[in-house]
Amino acid sequence: MSVGEGELVQLIEPGRVHRRVYTDPAIFDLEMARIFGTAWIYVGHESQVKNPGDYFCTRIGRKPVIMVRGPDGEVRVIHNQCAHRGAMVVALEQGNAPEFQCCYHGWTYHLDGRLKAVPLQHGYPREFDPADPKTSMLQVPRVESYRGFVFASEAPDGPDLTDSLGYMATSLDDMVDRAPDGEIEVAGGVFKHTYDGNWKLYFENLCDAAHPLFTHRSSIEAAQQQSDAAHSDGTGEIALRQMRQNGAPYSFWESQVGIWTYPNGHSFLGDYHDDAKLVAAMNDPTFRDYRGALEAKKGKARTDEVLAVRRWNSTIYPNISFMSQFQQLRVVHPIAVDRTVVHAYTFRLKGAPERMFRNAISFANTVNGTGSLVLTDDLEIYNRIGIGLASEGTEWLQVGRGFTSDVPDAHGGRRGKNSTSEVYIRNMLDAWLAYMTNGRAAQAAA
Amino acid sequence: MKRALRRDRHPPKPAPAPREKFPPLDLARCERFLMHEARLLDDARFDDWLALFTEDAWYWIPTEPDQQSPFDTVSLIYDDRRLLETRVRRLASPRIYSQEPPSRTSRMIGNVTQEETSTDGFVCTVRSKFMVLENRRDSQRLFGGTAHHRLVQLDGKVLIAWKRVDLLNCDAPLDGILVPL
Ligand code: FES
Ligand SMILES: [Fe+2]
Repeated sequence: MSVGEGELVQLIEPGRVHRRVYTDPAIFDLEMARIFGTAWIYVGHESQVKNPGDYFCTRIGRKPVIMVRGPDGEVRVIHNQCAHRGAMVVALEQGNAPEFQCCYHGWTYHLDGRLKAVPLQHGYPREFDPADPKTSMLQVPRVESYRGFVFASEAPDGPDLTDSLGYMATSLDDMVDRAPDGEIEVAGGVFKHTYDGNWKLYFENLCDAAHPLFTHRSSIEAAQQQSDAAHSDGTGEIALRQMRQNGAPYSFWESQVGIWTYPNGHSFLGDYHDDAKLVAAMNDPTFRDYRGALEAKKGKARTDEVLAVRRWNSTIYPNISFMSQFQQLRVVHPIAVDRTVVHAYTFRLKGAPERMFRNAISFANTVNGTGSLVLTDDLEIYNRIGIGLASEGTEWLQVGRGFTSDVPDAHGGRRGKNSTSEVYIRNMLDAWLAYMTNGRAAQAAA
Repeated sequence: MKRALRRDRHPPKPAPAPREKFPPLDLARCERFLMHEARLLDDARFDDWLALFTEDAWYWIPTEPDQQSPFDTVSLIYDDRRLLETRVRRLASPRIYSQEPPSRTSRMIGNVTQEETSTDGFVCTVRSKFMVLENRRDSQRLFGGTAHHRLVQLDGKVLIAWKRVDLLNCDAPLDGILVPL
């Protein structure tokens, strides 16, 4: 079943969205073609493929792809599909290879995907041309890196990456600028979590300032009641501070945090921490050392500038959510209309004290861990939305909070009067509709 | 490569009491202890489970099969004592929505061996294999793998100084883990 453009436009109204957007398999298929098949999709970070031959396997939408650094030093993204009879060629998640070889009949490929050798080639018809670019592990047509973050687009033409990022590039800057040596690297492993619900639910939750106080009550209260006299090796200390901070009252979210949105579905939530350990605080020894390292490399004025950027989660639509203060980045992999997998990574700030990284790991375990006291309740929410929507109760989902009080902002943006505005969801739905109608129905929900 | 099963940061405390009053930690006692722990967890007696741990214990489920440290790589669970207390308190909360309805678990433990035993026999590392069936809402999950317990005997009581649980599917996409494994 296909979904007509007229129908798509009717699914989004000012301040509300039809539940089909989250439940209809035909819409999901269209999303894979029109959003994940055209937009700039984050595939990985250059530090995951440092040397020629290094590769990292991931997905663009549902398509398995390989990010690989060629002998020329160039990072490319190629489809993980053999040109012979379609087998997945590279089976390990990451590694290093001089070339790729399919284990079915031994077709061999250069690292840029071009066919290198075919056993028993004499048996193929005369028209078979191994040099034909179509007979290769096809390259994703456009690949661009922004300060080490590698994005790929399946659309042969379109806006370039920096145009598409717009002002949100500053959130990626914020990730990198915090490194005293000016570089970050993926380190510390990966979390993979999964839920039975639509991929969009993840982004709609990550900047949701109205939910922590409610959804995370069990961990907030358990943390508030925890005695700090109990032994900690530092892990529990970071975790407890984060959980207690989630208990900030509504008045705090309403008055002090802020939410900003930008074209193409991007947005960020303001920092909501006033805890002396989780923010730039001179009385924390680790942070003092870190600040010292930054000042030594960048000077005091620049350091002040870097640390003055105070953002919590940033969303680059349609597939990453990241935060700079503890160097986290989550990649959302849509599997089916009601199934999603999220991979959560941590970065090391080069030149920062090792303790910073250790704190980032503790923080990752707290907010992104599969067994975390916080994330488990978010996963429960995604699953419950999945189940709830199947009831086919209320047709229209309300995303109108803040609708009448949002205000225009610089850089083509729009921000909530306060952080509990659902403006970031409306902004993503605007982008959704624009992608889904190939740009013809932009801004319907604005 | 041999797995790092202990960290130097928390050498087990020497038992203060006159030890000769109590029998050392032989395999049979270790086995009985593991059964007891599993039963507490299956019965959702989490406070009693917490009471099995020493004051500076840690509890660890790595994300990687040969993970060397909980400090340089993320973990499905890595709790120091303070966080473990919070975890257990949360499990009793009426507002723990991810346990509404609660999970039910059923555990089997086997292949128990004593890997390292102190010369006086009051501190040892016990290796075991486990399977945990977990049922919640409409689905049942199966966890399995290898557990290492560092057991110490203090005043005749067996306690856990640390516990490491290596899940066979530690690096697979997983939905939330609520009930300790
Ligand atoms: S399918 Fe790859 S060589 Fe035949
Ligand atoms: Fe949350």
